[in-house]
Amino acid sequence: MTTLAIKDLQNLPVRLTSGHRLCAGCGESIIAKQILMGSEDDIVVSLSTGCFEVSTTVFPYTSWNVPYVHTAFGNGAATCAGVETAYNALHKKGKVPQNVNFVNFAGDGATYDIGLQALSGAMERGHRMLYVCLNNEAYMNTGIQRSSATQMGAQTTTSWPGAVSSGKKEFSKDLTQIMVAHNIPYVAQVSPHNWRDTVTKAQKAFACGGPAFINALSPCPRGWRFPSDQTIAMAKLGVETCVWPLFEVVNGKYELTGESARIASGKVEKKPVMDWISCQGRYKHLLSDRWAPVIEQIQTEIDRRWNKLIKLTELD
Amino acid sequence: MAQDIAINGDNAVALAWRQIDPDVCAAYPITPQTIIVEKFAEYVANGEVTTEFVCVESEHSALTLCTSSASAGARTFTATASQGLAYMWEMLPITAAMRVPLIMAVANRAVSGPININNDHGDAMAARDCGWLMLFSENVQEAYDMSIVAPRIAEHHEVQLPCMVNLDGFVLTHAIERMTVLDTQKIKDFVGEHKPLYPLLDTKHPVSHGNMDGPDYYYPHKYQSVKAMEKALEVCEEVFREFKEISGREYHLVEEYRCDDADYVAIVLGSSFGTMKATVDLLRDKGMKVGCAMPRVFRPWPAEALAKVAEGKKAVVVFDKHLSIGSYGPMFPEVVAAASDLDKMPKMYNVIYGLGGADATVAGFEKSLEAVAAGTAEKIHYLGVRQ
Amino acid sequence: MVMASISDLVVGGRIIKPGNSQQFNTGDWRTYVPVVNQDQCIDCGQCWIYCPDDSVVFREGHMSGFKLTHCKGCGICSKVCPRDAITMKEE
Repeated sequence: MTTLAIKDLQNLPVRLTSGHRLCAGCGESIIAKQILMGSEDDIVVSLSTGCFEVSTTVFPYTSWNVPYVHTAFGNGAATCAGVETAYNALHKKGKVPQNVNFVNFAGDGATYDIGLQALSGAMERGHRMLYVCLNNEAYMNTGIQRSSATQMGAQTTTSWPGAVSSGKKEFSKDLTQIMVAHNIPYVAQVSPHNWRDTVTKAQKAFACGGPAFINALSPCPRGWRFPSDQTIAMAKLGVETCVWPLFEVVNGKYELTGESARIASGKVEKKPVMDWISCQGRYKHLLSDRWAPVIEQIQTEIDRRWNKLIKLTELD
Repeated sequence: MAQDIAINGDNAVALAWRQIDPDVCAAYPITPQTIIVEKFAEYVANGEVTTEFVCVESEHSALTLCTSSASAGARTFTATASQGLAYMWEMLPITAAMRVPLIMAVANRAVSGPININNDHGDAMAARDCGWLMLFSENVQEAYDMSIVAPRIAEHHEVQLPCMVNLDGFVLTHAIERMTVLDTQKIKDFVGEHKPLYPLLDTKHPVSHGNMDGPDYYYPHKYQSVKAMEKALEVCEEVFREFKEISGREYHLVEEYRCDDADYVAIVLGSSFGTMKATVDLLRDKGMKVGCAMPRVFRPWPAEALAKVAEGKKAVVVFDKHLSIGSYGPMFPEVVAAASDLDKMPKMYNVIYGLGGADATVAGFEKSLEAVAAGTAEKIHYLGVRQ
Repeated sequence: MVMASISDLVVGGRIIKPGNSQQFNTGDWRTYVPVVNQDQCIDCGQCWIYCPDDSVVFREGHMSGFKLTHCKGCGICSKVCPRDAITMKEE
């Protein structure tokens, strides 16, 4: 891998252009841009139904400068696998001689919940494809309803804080670990503030020759309730508080990367989850005396997962 | 060299697929379709086909994978039945709207509940609004032949619609019949090379498939499919004529048997058309002027051809192997609609038979038709239900 | 809304003009517009890589402004600039 420089990345063709209808400050297009810089080869992009899909393909307009396909919601992985399968058939017949990569982008709703079965199937079958989850921690496109990726204590329109509730009751599903358990060549977590980390991981994912999964933290100004100019700052904070560690699992071997590696080695102090909670409106109810114990529970769980992750990096 | 063999319907479909050698096949097993996929998997394992064969983890994924594979530009086949088709339902109208010429064999089986693995038309009929072409087969030979003509019809540049090739579960899929096999090269020449329109894998010309429509575009897009279905009626007849050249077997939008001078006509789909022909012969011997007809092409609905069959008849009896509970069987209202512009509309009757594999017998059909002739038939009769 | 004529439509609702969303003006969404102080700017490209709308323009390695037909005024560029060279002004 050559050292990445923005000047070189600026010479790459623009794969996702402007004119899409994503909210101002949305993390999704920032992440997609970085992922698509992971290879210069031809690529076919598929999308599961969600914010990204509806915003980039409002007929008669498309923001895609590459071949693009969308079918339905819970089947993004199968959609992508279908194009990859067609490629295998046509390539061996000499009809598509060049290398083509395949990537599916999907939200956490389409990945953790309704799309989990298709994702598991595609990963198990070994299709040469990259699946990127744009995790904004709720079903944002339909109006901020909870998903299994929503963190404990968060306000969503189906997990309201109220007279008898502190918001979502369950901790978020650890989908990245589920993907590792599929024994695929490459699994990683990324966050869009660290473009170098994200692009490097995308390069590895596209080059691994098999199924790859990248889970990306996608801050959502609208759903998380923060000003639209804070998206990148929020992405960084997620990593600094260990809410969203940066790591990769290459053929089963865990490595922390970026800020997470620096936190684990003691070079940088881990920030308390209170920093994360106090700057997002979806958590503001937790700042009351009544729900303060919930913040402690969240911190305990973050620490537990973080410490377990460090232990996993120590395994061969 | 044409040769006759003994083969069941599922194996016949698999054989047709082998001879066509599609680019991609993705399927999930469900009784009574399983043999199609198992047989095809054997061909794959022995290198008899070049098909990329994918064992998906559900029917929803099967149809999805096949749809995007077809959008990518690959000739793609799949098969299912009953609950499998039900599970794919979300994708069925999407596949049709994406205008990909995907071919799907449906081993017609009753839809749960209660769970029942036997033959009726509930699965295909529940999907009749989805915008797919739908062909029906009376016997194993036809299941094989329809599998060969289907890609020619579906892939026509003015059609571009997915196609269901229906064959009755167990009755055809598992029953061994005599069949004439066509020469493989003749089939390949007949089906021809797949020429997809704006495929995804033409990366020099990037296309976006499956976009979002607002109210200003949804209806016009659907109307395009209406025009495609209209064209399909013509294309079916053209393709059937060409198929006759290579096989000697002639097919039509509506197959007719002894209808010309009949007073009464029975309309029936699938394997029961054979049973009905035997019934017609029996009743004719008894002096009743009766005939029967089968819409070989169910979608697009061959209204004009059926109107001609109904014209001048005293009564038309539509035998449906499915029921929209609370209303009629699926063909009945459509036959009535087809006949509604005739100067003198025949009396119309609906007989619901064979649900969940209930035996469809000559005796049963005979009684229903005699009741119509005697003027004692109910508008809608549930044949064979023990009261 | 005007119902489009079907003679204009490609089969299957496909869009065969890649990236034609460039014709759709999202610039009129914004309340604040970014302004760059070229004296402070070091062409690092942070604004470019973090812009969600591909609306930061670089020519031959130099930051040359914003694509105002599409910039939504989110303000991310002003926040990520290491030299505070970009300010958001009410439009």
